[in-house]
Amino acid sequence: MSDLALAAPTRLDHRAHARAGETAEQLAAWVLAGPAFALIWILLLGPTVAVFVLSFTDWTFGMPEIAWAGLENYREMAGDAVFWKTLRNTLTYVAFVVPLSVFLGLGAAILIEAGESLRGFYRAAFFLPVVSTLLAMALVFQFAFHPTVGAINRTLALVGIPTTDWLKNPDTALFALGVIGIWQAIGLSMVLFIAGLKAIPKDLYEAAAVDGADGPFERFRRVTWPMLGPAMLFVVTITAIRAFQVFDTVQVLTDGGPNKATNVLLFQMYQEGFSFLRSAYAAALTVVFLGFVLLVTVIQVRLQERNTHYG
Amino acid sequence: MRTRSIAATGLGFQLFRHAVLGLGAFLMLAPFVIMISVSLKPSGEIFAPEFTLLPKQWHAWQNYADAFTKQPLARYILNGFIVTGSIFACQLLTALPCAYALAKLRWRGRETMFMLVLLGLLIPPQVTAIPLYILLWQVGLLNTYAAIILPSTISVFGIFLMRQFFLTVPDDLINAARLDGLGEFAIVWRIMMPTAMPAVIAFGVLSLVWNWNEFFWPLIVVQSEHLATPPLGVVFFANAEAGTNYGPLMAAATAITAPLVIAFLAAQRWFIDGVTMTAVK
Repeated sequence: MSDLALAAPTRLDHRAHARAGETAEQLAAWVLAGPAFALIWILLLGPTVAVFVLSFTDWTFGMPEIAWAGLENYREMAGDAVFWKTLRNTLTYVAFVVPLSVFLGLGAAILIEAGESLRGFYRAAFFLPVVSTLLAMALVFQFAFHPTVGAINRTLALVGIPTTDWLKNPDTALFALGVIGIWQAIGLSMVLFIAGLKAIPKDLYEAAAVDGADGPFERFRRVTWPMLGPAMLFVVTITAIRAFQVFDTVQVLTDGGPNKATNVLLFQMYQEGFSFLRSAYAAALTVVFLGFVLLVTVIQVRLQERNTHYG
Repeated sequence: MRTRSIAATGLGFQLFRHAVLGLGAFLMLAPFVIMISVSLKPSGEIFAPEFTLLPKQWHAWQNYADAFTKQPLARYILNGFIVTGSIFACQLLTALPCAYALAKLRWRGRETMFMLVLLGLLIPPQVTAIPLYILLWQVGLLNTYAAIILPSTISVFGIFLMRQFFLTVPDDLINAARLDGLGEFAIVWRIMMPTAMPAVIAFGVLSLVWNWNEFFWPLIVVQSEHLATPPLGVVFFANAEAGTNYGPLMAAATAITAPLVIAFLAAQRWFIDGVTMTAVK
């Protein structure tokens, strides 16, 4: 009883104190988060809104006047054969690079984790392309793709496979760039899968062994593969988003050619916006680009929700 | 019985593992080997009908001397350090306090702020290029260091990563610091940052790799040679040499790739952990 009587005033006191503290906390939080809040709006969300707005105007960079053009830019895009070719190229590139990067990365991850020896070396070797400067390496690939002295054609000729000037042949140029993209993306998917593999509880394998799943193939089919689901979804998403962003290799190796065979969305946007200074049209292309990237994320979230339902 | 079967498949499997991974590692490393090999050779040997790993006649000194004198390569590399260093400093200054407020303070607007961060994560950096270019043009900052650095001063990814890490820091630690008379600002820098060092390093590595290699944005805002970042500098170099003088070009490529590759080999774990952290969503 006396304990309660004693405790009551202190608690009240504490509450009043807490209220003053709360105001101070509110203030401190805004001071701390304020700069980030402002910069996110100025440098990220504001410009994204601006791109949308700009895509409905007729503005050319540097012009004093700007007028609404409604859907004119999108209409021009829909009627432009180059745009459709660009879109097809971009989707082909993504469809080529994503599955190969993901499965080669998965294979590397499983094999690396399946043994002890040279594990660190293999991991480093596969990961090195991820940290290297893509632009410099693109120039190395240009040399490797060289029709006569390039390492690729020399090797293919040795085995008797027909060769071509990979980067100058409109049928192969996009895939040659894709090979560079895959080379750089494997390491990323590998380390993400290794993290996924390490997260699989060991006793699941023991439980599967009790159930009679003994061989490496059975263990993979019944434990590893289902348990890697979330990692797989994440790796596919991140690889796809990166593949949609392909630009460096196009800009420096093919310039969108030959005959627009490697023209991709971002490169088209760059040319329209910064070479031809057609800011409004380039903004419309940016909106399309953003649309695809968001679509990938939406699909990811949907699949994730479905998986958690079952999980 | 069972152990024997594992050992038996074990040997065959291990051979298979090394065969496949060895071939894979060879293909992954081949471009680096070609790059270094070519950077050591005179042009006669580069275009010779047979490829040798090492040059018959060493031309390394001439190639690297050409790379550093025909174009201001050292300047490009210095620019790389200036730009990546400034960007990371700004990102830390803006991200850490915000991440702390999101993780550890109760305030109205916290949910909204976190939503903005998540929204920001969805937007690829190229989307903002046109408006930011116009903005920089209006304030007269095109073709300056500031033009390269400013758009990257905020990293929503950094805020997100640090917030996730700060959530795991016990409240008692912060309360104790408050009782010691530390203000919120001091708590961020003197308590939270040292505690979150692994995350800070991971974030630093990602920021460094991303911004050192970034090509799209510097290509848009920089025209002057003396402001070029390493990837842009190599393109200037390739254009000037018209893509035929491979020896010096590969020497230049080696020189601008070297800082990150050396850093990676020296601190592999941090690099790989840093990248893996992106998956911890």
